Amino acid sequence: MAAPIRVLVAKPGLDGHDRGAKVIARALRDAGMEVIYTGLRQTPEMIVSAALQEDVQVIGLSILSGAHNAIVPRVLELLREKQMGDVRVVVGGIIPDEDAAELKRQGVAAVFQPGASLEEIVGFIRSSVAA
Amino acid sequence: MKAPLTTPPGSAKRTFTTISGVPVEPCYGPEHLGNLDPARDLGEPGRFPYTRGIHESMYRGKLWTMRQFSGFATPEETNRRYHYLLEQGQTGLSVAFDLPTLMGYDADHMLAEGEVGKCGVAISSLEDMETLFRGIPLGDVTVSMTINSPAAVVWAMYLAVAEKQGVDWKQLSGTIQNDILKEYIAQKEYIYPPRPSMRLVTDTIEFSARHTPRFNPISISGYHIREAGSTAVQELAFTLRDGIEYVEWALERGLAVDEFSPRLSFFFNAHNDFFEEIAKYRAARKIWAYTMRDRFGAKDERSLKLRFHAQTAGCSLTWQQPYNNIVRTTIQALAAVLGGCQSLHTNSLDEAYALPGEHAVTIALRTQQVIAYESGVTAAPDPLGGSYFLERLTLDSEVAAQDYIRRIDEMGGMIAAIEKNFPQREIANASYQYQQAVERGEKRIVGVNAFASDREEPIEILQIDRGAQVHQAGKLATLRQKRDNMRVRACLDALKRTAEGDGNTMPDILDAVRAYATLGEICEALRAVFGSYQETSLV
Repeated sequence: MAAPIRVLVAKPGLDGHDRGAKVIARALRDAGMEVIYTGLRQTPEMIVSAALQEDVQVIGLSILSGAHNAIVPRVLELLREKQMGDVRVVVGGIIPDEDAAELKRQGVAAVFQPGASLEEIVGFIRSSVAA
Repeated sequence: MKAPLTTPPGSAKRTFTTISGVPVEPCYGPEHLGNLDPARDLGEPGRFPYTRGIHESMYRGKLWTMRQFSGFATPEETNRRYHYLLEQGQTGLSVAFDLPTLMGYDADHMLAEGEVGKCGVAISSLEDMETLFRGIPLGDVTVSMTINSPAAVVWAMYLAVAEKQGVDWKQLSGTIQNDILKEYIAQKEYIYPPRPSMRLVTDTIEFSARHTPRFNPISISGYHIREAGSTAVQELAFTLRDGIEYVEWALERGLAVDEFSPRLSFFFNAHNDFFEEIAKYRAARKIWAYTMRDRFGAKDERSLKLRFHAQTAGCSLTWQQPYNNIVRTTIQALAAVLGGCQSLHTNSLDEAYALPGEHAVTIALRTQQVIAYESGVTAAPDPLGGSYFLERLTLDSEVAAQDYIRRIDEMGGMIAAIEKNFPQREIANASYQYQQAVERGEKRIVGVNAFASDREEPIEILQIDRGAQVHQAGKLATLRQKRDNMRVRACLDALKRTAEGDGNTMPDILDAVRAYATLGEICEALRAVFGSYQETSLV
């Protein structure tokens, strides 16, 4: 059997609304993945350093505050600096369509907007890591 | 986005439950009322235990206050929105602050990058507060402020603006949320550890009892607990148990129960499940009345009456088919009114996307006005009282909430329960169970996992650009230059000394604010004494 997929679920920025992050973390774990949840108020530096230390294949960022355009590009930049370009970054939260398109252009693997199903998110992460 | 349906739309379901998962029987009749005693369990409207409402005539005498929570970008822009809302017939203001303000950071702090003005208005100093209320007479308009960890500081700024407007503090009417316990439980906007935070809350309750007799120094909130995914009963129970904790701390401080209890106010969610919500509000009033009378020996009738603000459920709004959100909000608002709220915020249709635009917020306000002036539900107090179904739900909510309250008492109170992660875990479990029920199609969300559509109607979205951050940071730089920095330093030092002892911190916070010490500087001074809090993250 293949080793389980390792995912870091992170909550960057000042926002404390962690309902979504926790539900996703639990759903990924129930789907057989190894999930590390960073807790609240992580800077991009802390997130990338945790991803390196935990040797994850996927980083999931949960952002509901509108600060995604400041936070996500910084995470991508730090990953490139540390030669961790193979780590997939997925973003969930309140991300308008035009911002989602721009984030994907910059290297985000997927953006999950409100109403996305758990099944869809689990499925995407599985196929993305397998690819 | 479209999830398959496990049962086709229109088909009968096998089991019926409330949105919180409480089973509902096929039909309710007199046999379901058990030993309901109208005198003991209901009372008349305006009479103990206030199950049917806190006023004899309810909305015949006075409508609820229509209070739309609002704030975005700079104090200048939000001030314009407040003038607009008041012109549209809104009867009170409610300030939404941005995340840096909520977390006690100035707009020019490193951690504020990307967040200034995004989730509310940016307020870093008394100067910003003066701008926010320019042209708004604080003696006439009631103002509610959603601020928690830095509540004492923001309230001090408000009191200082009133001074500058020449308004006597005794005339001020409004509310600061100031409910730190639900931050540890649900919303997570905390700065200091629980005990020093509770000391600050108690400082404001004490100060308010002495100086601002018409101001509510706290709004004990279930709203955020529910938004974090709790059931209706958890929202009810944890909120009331938080209330008990605040009463105990104020008594410990040496205040008499009837000296401060009349000014305790509450804030509940208005979610989708119509009857469950109405039952929740009725049970809340009853439990609080008995608790205040029997547990704390309150004598003043005003101490026994639970007054509450309601807000429709943000978490129920959908990104898909956003116009449906107007309908959801209407049903939720109606539940709050039939449940006897004292003030109400109705969410705007675009709030799953962003802070509301002016058009959307106007529809939300009009929704309340239609309920108030056209529906006829205001003609009789507690018009659903006596419904077999509603009375059964009310009794069941009470029993289930009392059970939680007893368990938390046995743990040693709410702080001990929070330290054990008890309410946090209960909420996380409920939230995950709900999401799984949605996933399986057992709970249907129109436009999301049922009746999805490929054609989405576009809506206008309010955009907050980086200009707000630049503008606010610029004003702060000027302020730091022009104020008397020696005086600021002396005020902050005095505050630290008080914080190290056990005196009331409010007078020192007021002095610091009057000297134009910033929110970030004052919170930092307190952080230096109290330390900061990190939760143990659990999934």
